[in-house]
Formats: sequence, structure tokens, C-alpha cells
Amino acid sequence: MPDLGPVLLSLQLAAVTTLILFVLALPLAWWLANTRSVLKPVVEAVTALPLVLPPTVIGFYLLIALNPNAPIGGFWVTLTGGTLTFSFAGLVAGSVIYSLPFMVQPVQSAFESVGRGPVEAASMLRASPLDAFFNVVMPQSVRGIITACVLTFAHTIGEFGVVLMIGGNIPDRTRVVSIAIFEHVEVQSYEQAHWLSAGMLVFAFLVLIGVYAINRSWRVRTG
Amino acid sequence: MSGLAETLCVKVRMARDGFCLRVDATLALDGVTAVFGPSGSGKTTLLRAIAGLDRPDHGRIALDEEVWFDADSRKFVSPHRRGAGYMFQDARLFSHLDVRGNLTFSDRRSRDGGAAVSFDEAVEAAGLAGLLDRSIGGLSGGERQRVALARTLLARPRLLLLDEPLTGLDRAAKREILPYLRDVPARFGIPALFVSHDIEEVSALASRMLVLRDGELIAHGPLSEVMQTLDLAPLMADGTTGSLVEAVVTGHDASLGTTGLDLAGIALSLPLDERLVAGRTVRLFVDARDVALATVRPEGISIRNIVAGKITQIVADRSGPHADVTVSAGPSRIKARITRAALAGLELKEGQEVFALVKAMSLAA
Repeated sequence: MPDLGPVLLSLQLAAVTTLILFVLALPLAWWLANTRSVLKPVVEAVTALPLVLPPTVIGFYLLIALNPNAPIGGFWVTLTGGTLTFSFAGLVAGSVIYSLPFMVQPVQSAFESVGRGPVEAASMLRASPLDAFFNVVMPQSVRGIITACVLTFAHTIGEFGVVLMIGGNIPDRTRVVSIAIFEHVEVQSYEQAHWLSAGMLVFAFLVLIGVYAINRSWRVRTG
Repeated sequence: MSGLAETLCVKVRMARDGFCLRVDATLALDGVTAVFGPSGSGKTTLLRAIAGLDRPDHGRIALDEEVWFDADSRKFVSPHRRGAGYMFQDARLFSHLDVRGNLTFSDRRSRDGGAAVSFDEAVEAAGLAGLLDRSIGGLSGGERQRVALARTLLARPRLLLLDEPLTGLDRAAKREILPYLRDVPARFGIPALFVSHDIEEVSALASRMLVLRDGELIAHGPLSEVMQTLDLAPLMADGTTGSLVEAVVTGHDASLGTTGLDLAGIALSLPLDERLVAGRTVRLFVDARDVALATVRPEGISIRNIVAGKITQIVADRSGPHADVTVSAGPSRIKARITRAALAGLELKEGQEVFALVKAMSLAA
């Protein structure tokens, strides 16, 4: 059996990232789904950047932004006493940015497919905009929201480049599964690499089956 | 009942995609007021402005003393605080809830609302008792609109805004929902604005009407008054025109399956409708295409409804084959659409005594 430390760390990182992105993405996706602002394409492009940029580019800029001498990194040091680079908190910050499109895009398209109709109907039944959002839009978007959470979680588990750039390889702090596999291969301990890689493969496969099954069962149920 | 709406002041100006709505009117709300006009005349735009779903560029909207929108003082009351109920053409039921869930949604949010309507009353008024546990996906078009009606009622609105709730339904579904729509405003004392481009729907439901054309209000008032003073023909998409007459119910003949009516001394009959109490005054809509004219009283004819009267107006359309002839009998006026060839052949003139043969009439509200 391999060391389970990296597995737990990966799960922890993915859970925290998904939770933070869920809170951040709801208002952002709602704004994108409803705005007529000229800024919409700009914001959409920024949101989609992590999809096309090499992880090393994101990692590089994050390393610069998060180091203790930079404003953000420095502020974090005065706030918590620890640094953002080469820490779990830094990994969370990097993952939130790297996985942003995986949360925002499915939620935005779910909100768009709900449309204004049910919101207007709710407002005519005396529901405030917030009430309508939580009791009409969210329940009707639940499939897209679950898909977004699962994909964000899985994508965060699978990230490598950004983590390596800003986190390095510190056991129990920044050594996640993907980094551990890289290191096992480097030192030619293929058995360990096999365990973790096969685990990742099965995990990714199950997640995707889950996503497609959710979409299918919903389609069947709602006709 | 206190707190019920009486007058709606609508003074709006709004431009949307090359279309401009200009309405300035104080509407006395009493029962159902039809908002009538051809497609694209601004009916839905007007209703959405009243509901607060769209914001006019200029003007003022107030229900009695309560100002909902005032451009000058930059006042805009959010739709959910206006206490208006809106029935959409496409029902817009919440698909994640069942029928009961849709009703409870509005019931829970309107406990301190305007009209006193209980959950059970709303269910009964829309005939939903057997449907409460059904899912939205399995409902027919007529059922959807009945759920929408009950849901809107349970929002306990001060004003009902009905945006073509019958459009898109087949005849059977229309006939299914019409009685519910007709009864609800009077039963719960909630005034309604009813958008329609179908004159038969309008005459079946409304007691007052306002007419829009190209974004402008061209008439409003009691239904029969507006219909008699205004030539509605150009406003109807399919070119139909017609007239509204008032008659008194005289009795029923169950063996022949008819209900007798009296129109200014002339006996008429309708298919039996036992809901009509003798002595009650009813309004009938007569499509001008269902009226033929004769210069002498015809004998040996199957048409039973023959009204003797005098021609008061002849409008011949030089570009088309038809002429509209208005026949007055007492206070009633019946419009007949005949061909110009018939007009010339019979040598019809204003002031002439004729007989209007009415093939069909539909009962209005």
C-alpha cells in the first residue's frame, strides 16, 4: 500500500476549493447569465483563461503575486504569519483560479437555460429576487450545479502544473497525489506510481460516469 | 370589501426596439377589462409595465392612491411588492414542484396580501382538486393554465393581469378554462385586465375594454359602448368584425333544447344554457359574417333568429368584395357583412327597413 498522505491532501484541497468556488461562482454565473453589460465578454474571457493557458503560466504569475514580498502575499503574512507560497493556503488560492471555469461555465449555462421566465413568475407571486434565486432558480439549476461541483472537484484533484509551481513538494502540506506520482517516477519506484495512477484513473472514470448518469436520469425524469 | 382597487392610472411612454407605447388613461376597474388590439399593438408591453416587469421611460402608474411608478420622483416599486397577479401566456409553472407545490409557493408568500382567498377556495375555483399531486410535466395546456390561475389567486393580488392565457390552447382547452376565468374576478372581487386579440374571448369575459393600436390607446370604456362606437374591423387580424347586443332571458325550452331571449321585443333563441336565469340581461356577440340580410321577411327558412330593423350605416370597402351594413333595432345595432354584389343587387340604402338573419351568436359575459 502506498502512503495515503497525498491522497488525503488531494481530497482536502479539492473539497475546500469546490466549497470556495461554489460560493464565488453563484453570483458571478448569475451576473453573466443576466447581464447586458458590454463588460460581459471581457469577464467571460477572464473566466475562461485557465482553460487555455499552460498551468505553468498561471503558476508563474501566482508565484509572483503570492510571494511574501508582493502586496497580496505580504498581506497574507501579516494576517496569518505564514506564507502563501509553498503552503496549503497557497494551493487553495491557485486551485480556485485554475478550476474557476469548471464551476462557472456549467452553472452559468444552467442559469441561462432556466431563463427570466420563472424569475418573473416568482416575482409576480410576491417572491423577492433573492427568494426567487434560492427557491426557483437554484432548484431548477440543480443538475448544472451538481455537474459543476463534481467537475471542479475532479479537476482540482487532477491538477499538477500550478501546484508544482506554487506549492513545491512538501509532504503533508503540498504533496498532492499528482505530485507524489511524479516523484515516484523520478526515483523509479514504479510500484508506488502504479498504485496512485491506477487509483486516479478509476476515480476519474467513476466521476465521469457519475456526471453522465446524473444528466441522463434528470433528462428522463423531466422529459 | 375594503382595500380593493378601483382606478388604475396608467401614463406611460416606452420605446422598445423601434416600437413606442404611449398610453395616458385613468381606468375605472370593474370586473374584467379587456385589453384588445392586433398583435404588436403593445398589449403585453402595457401589462408588463403595469406589473413592473419592464420599466417605462416616462410616466406614472398608480393603483388608487398607491404609486407604483413615477418617473419624475424616480419611484419604482419592485414587481414583488406591487401585489399584482400575472397570468402568463405560457403559464410559467415551476417544473421542480408539483401542482400543490406551485400553489403553496404563492400561498406562503401572500398571507398578509389583499383579497381573502383560502387555499381550498383557490383549488376549487380552478377545479384542481384531483390534480394536486400531479407533476407539472404531465399536465395538459388547459390544466397548466388552471394551475396558473389558482397560483395567481393565491398570491392574493389586488389586480389580476391576464396576458393571453387562452392563446395557444385548442378549442376544447379554451372551453375548459373559460368558465373559470369568467367566474374568478367577480367571485373574489379582484379586478382584472385581460389581454386578447380574439374578439370572441373578449366578449365572453370582459365588461369593459380598452383598445390599443400601434402602441396608442384609441378607446376605453364599457364593452358594448366601445364596440358600437369603434369600428373594430381593421384591428382584427383576420378581418372579422361583429357587434354586441343585449337581450333579456325569457325562459328555457328543454324539449327543443333552446333558451329564449328577448331583444327589444323580438324573440330569439340560443342553444339551451340553464345557467341563464330568466329575467337576466345577457350580452351576445354576433360575428358580422354570420348575419345575412333580406328585404322581406323570409318564409320557410331554417334560421330562427330574425331581427327586423332599419339600416343606419353602410360601409363598402372599394378594394374588397365586402360591405358592412349596420342594422338598428331599438337600441341594438347588428352588423352584417355581405358582398358588394348583394348590396347592389338588393339596392340597399341607409334608412331602409330590412331583416337581419342571424345564423349564430355567442354568449358574452
